[in-house]
Amino acid sequence: MTINDVQTILKATVVTQSLYENNEVLSGFVGDLLSVVMGKAKEQCAWITIQGHINIIAVGTLINVGCIIVTEGFKVDEDAIKKANEEDIVIMTTQLSSYEAAALLSRDGLE
Amino acid sequence: MNLHFDVEGGEFISAGVASSKVKKVLKQLAIQPEIIRKISVAMYEAEINMVIHAHGGVIDAEIMPDHVHVVLKDEGPGIENIELAMKAGYSTASRLAREMGFGAGMGLANMKRYADILQIESEPGKGTTVEITVKLYPEQA
Repeated sequence: MTINDVQTILKATVVTQSLYENNEVLSGFVGDLLSVVMGKAKEQCAWITIQGHINIIAVGTLINVGCIIVTEGFKVDEDAIKKANEEDIVIMTTQLSSYEAAALLSRDGLE
Repeated sequence: MNLHFDVEGGEFISAGVASSKVKKVLKQLAIQPEIIRKISVAMYEAEINMVIHAHGGVIDAEIMPDHVHVVLKDEGPGIENIELAMKAGYSTASRLAREMGFGAGMGLANMKRYADILQIESEPGKGTTVEITVKLYPEQA
């Protein structure tokens, strides 16, 4: 599944500037505790979280995240967006819950 | 190659600067991604601990031909019971840290999981020194 597909499926709003259309995500991961994400999330995953602060970029970079999906309408901090643009990380936001977002991506075939 | 970093305490915002710098250097050296992840996650966890618990400290990362050795030294409150602290789920982090998704009690567990050698020396009231060693080419070891 491409990041573009993820955005379309979730009708999410991309808040970063990095180009992403054909970049692939290989799996999904839901987690708000950063250590758990670092310990368990796979490379190039679509990471679903309610955290919107700058440390998600550090974690995203360390795990080579595919994209970050911030759910429940949580705002992404300005400094996080700036950092994401520097690190070429894609962040999108949605009003959906983490469960709903995961269910939609799973239904369309994301592991 | 030696890299030195000063880490400020209480600054969640800048935490991760050192580990992401080391990660970039290792990437330039064309080290395998899984190995880079081991080093950078273990180091980031230790770096975050410095920020959350110990008002910052200093980090020295030594990149050698066959391994990376990172020493993180702080003069924070120390760890009273290292064995207990190593237990997954045990945490003394503040409410703020927990709200930000830290303080899950997985930091030391992750360090142990990803470091090839992990050494922790701590004296309550004096500070903590964490040493992380990761082999760059484990299949040859």
